[in-house]
Amino acid sequence: MLEVSRLSKRFGGLVATNDVSFTIQEGSISALIGPNGAGKTTIFAQISGFHRPDAGDIRFNGRSLVGLTPEKICLLGIARTFQIVQPFAGLNVRENIAVGAHLRRAGRRAALEHAEAIAHRVGLGPQLDKPAAALTVAGRKRLELAKALATDPKLLLLDEVMAGLNPAEIDEIIPIIRGIRQSGVTILLIEHVMRAVMNLSDHAWVLNNGALIASGTPSQIAANPQVIEAYLGHGAAARMQAQIQEARHA
Amino acid sequence: MRNLTAIILFCLVLLPAPLLIQSDFWITWLTLALFYAYLGQAWNLLGGYGGQFSFGHALFFGTGAYCTAILQIHFGLNAWGGFVLAAIAAGLVGAGTGWLVFRYGLRGSYFALVTLAFAEVFRILANSFEFTGAGVGLLVPLQPGFAQMQFETKAGFFWLLLALVGACLLFTYWLQNARFGARLMAVRENEDAARALGVDPFDTKLRAITASGAIAGSAGAVYVQLFLYIDPNIAYGPAMSVEALLVPIIGGLGTIFGPVLGAFALHAIAEIGRLAFGDAPGLNLVLYGILLVLMVLFLPNGLFGLGKVSFGLGSLRRLFKGGAHA
Amino acid sequence: MLELSILLPAILNGLTTGAIYALIALGLTLIYGVLHIINFAHGSLLMLALYGVFFLHSLFGIDPYLALPIAAAALFAVGYGLQRLIIGHASHGKDENILLVTLGLSVIIENLALYLWRSDTRTIDTPYSFEVVDFGVAFIPVPKVIAFFGALLVAALLWLLMARTDLGRAIRALAKERQGAKLVGINVEHIFAMSFGIGCACLGVAACLLLPSFYVSPQVGHAFVLVAFTVVVLGGMGSFVGALLGGLIIGVTESLGGLFLGESLGQLGIFLIFIIVLLFRPTGLLGQRA
Repeated sequence: MLEVSRLSKRFGGLVATNDVSFTIQEGSISALIGPNGAGKTTIFAQISGFHRPDAGDIRFNGRSLVGLTPEKICLLGIARTFQIVQPFAGLNVRENIAVGAHLRRAGRRAALEHAEAIAHRVGLGPQLDKPAAALTVAGRKRLELAKALATDPKLLLLDEVMAGLNPAEIDEIIPIIRGIRQSGVTILLIEHVMRAVMNLSDHAWVLNNGALIASGTPSQIAANPQVIEAYLGHGAAARMQAQIQEARHA
Repeated sequence: MRNLTAIILFCLVLLPAPLLIQSDFWITWLTLALFYAYLGQAWNLLGGYGGQFSFGHALFFGTGAYCTAILQIHFGLNAWGGFVLAAIAAGLVGAGTGWLVFRYGLRGSYFALVTLAFAEVFRILANSFEFTGAGVGLLVPLQPGFAQMQFETKAGFFWLLLALVGACLLFTYWLQNARFGARLMAVRENEDAARALGVDPFDTKLRAITASGAIAGSAGAVYVQLFLYIDPNIAYGPAMSVEALLVPIIGGLGTIFGPVLGAFALHAIAEIGRLAFGDAPGLNLVLYGILLVLMVLFLPNGLFGLGKVSFGLGSLRRLFKGGAHA
Repeated sequence: MLELSILLPAILNGLTTGAIYALIALGLTLIYGVLHIINFAHGSLLMLALYGVFFLHSLFGIDPYLALPIAAAALFAVGYGLQRLIIGHASHGKDENILLVTLGLSVIIENLALYLWRSDTRTIDTPYSFEVVDFGVAFIPVPKVIAFFGALLVAALLWLLMARTDLGRAIRALAKERQGAKLVGINVEHIFAMSFGIGCACLGVAACLLLPSFYVSPQVGHAFVLVAFTVVVLGGMGSFVGALLGGLIIGVTESLGGLFLGESLGQLGIFLIFIIVLLFRPTGLLGQRA
């Protein structure tokens, strides 16, 4: 469904994305993981048209997205959320979601009805009339999800929708995401909450310093020494291995 | 629905005013308040709903005023025709300005300054050419009668402006319940977030500035018939730009009735000022300036925001109660 | 072809005006660079300063050049107070609100002047008003020559203040990194107001240098405000050298524009530069980022 091939992006001297390629299957949940600053959000920004890649191609159902505006890409069926949530602060929850719903619904009534349905799906039903600015962190994350979902995407890019949530709130949002997939939406998520990644995704890619260093099922990834090094620093895998050996000898 | 009822009520209440009020002074007062409400409605569309604060709405007002005056004087065009063409011309100037300014991504304070600079450019141009009357200005011939949009009684202008303000109220009501309005407000609140939801900010803002320009231009056309005179300073000078933004800011940005409320409040205050200090030049503008500063400092949501303040206090109280429990 | 004997005096005249523009723009760019706000009342405050210098001369017989410390101190106080009491509280998180408040202030100041002093254009007579200096190619009035070198001198002093004093260091720290400056114990409100005050003090100096060869009327600030913005935008928002360079360029442009297109249309060049620079190079000639 989505083919990213040899994608590269530099900001001045910093290589944010370095020759990254991956393919996402329709109907799957995939995860993009990696330490802070690895370049995950930059990849999202390129897929969704906010940044233009320096090299490489992104194809969505065979059509190249490079050079298209974010609004055009959204119209093609890719919706994204923002890591730093971006609510329309002056509007209430219903109106916020309706902006997304209007993408494929010209009528106000149809858009508002769709917005309400989406709100109930992500658990924002009781807060429909609240100003977006009055929501809690968890509420804002859900609103971010709801707005994107309201555009009826085929592919949903979720940028850390669980960051800042407590374990109970994470437990609430996991089945919501699974439900979205069941309704036929393909999902690519950036996530730090490993429990959610393990729990949700069929496939994961690990990004470090702008380049992909590993790929596989979540459990394969978790056992990969390169991944552990990326997260915990150079030599960490060897040290861990040594500690395990020591523990065995003792 | 409540808003629609309020719009109809507003128009119905004001409709018989010229029949009930005998004083020419008060009819003129109401007419002028409606005129500035209309100009403010134009600004509110772009500034209130679209979040693009123009400091140079005189650009559109003046273009409309000159357009109708020139067509009437040099080409003998009917004033109603001039009214329509004025709106179209000012709309085109709006579209042109918007295309340039939004294409190059100017926002916030930069947008404000560039619109002001455009108005200044037009002021200098109007000052320099024969067919605009240069510095002397243009006198439109007096031809009383409905056919030339110059009414024999004061009531005529009052009803004309009431109709225009009413039409604008309905337009704003539609805006609040339409996809275009939803997109415009989304762009105002957060442009990137709007783009991520498939909203084209350039297209949206361009439509808003075109419509806003057209309305302000038509206000200019009415102004010319009302005062029968236009010169570069009235048309493109800063006074009209300030008035256009002050009215919705005082009443309430991005609300249906904000400009109307603001225009009536502003002119009531100006009237009181005149009674208290006499008709000295500049003094009413001093008052306007003070109002603008006070509004931004203490009531950034306008008079309509007063309702929201009490709501804010309520939630504050709840917060403290919640805090006591914890 | 235009003869050099017409062109050169126009350029020299433009440079002297340009130095004053640069001085006014320095104040504006300092305020922008530190507070990141656009002071729309800058022109009106200059007008106020001009009236101050005018009345010091006509009521007390104080020479404009001797009034310089008084005007600078008074404008500093006005600026400090405005920022501390009004402008500092206006933003509510939106830059436009500050622009609106300074617009309101300019409307107040301008029309209060109109009410108090009527719209008459006033000038002062000094013994040196009509003295000229012979530059070989042109005769330039003494006040304009003094204004030119005075403006450059003040610009240099301002640069020294920013580069060498603790106050300058605090201002620069605040301009670069607001949070960090707060953490190391800089009194943010005070330094903001100081910056605003210094920016306004530039206007006091400019008024003293300007009045002997210029006039004052309530609308005079209006003529300067967009010019000053153009200079700042052209030079690059927040850039000192840019403001100097921009001022001189705009001064010469205006002078040559007047020569070729006439007094009224000559002004057009300035606004066109303003619009074009904002559209196509919003960082200006020397600015870092807009």
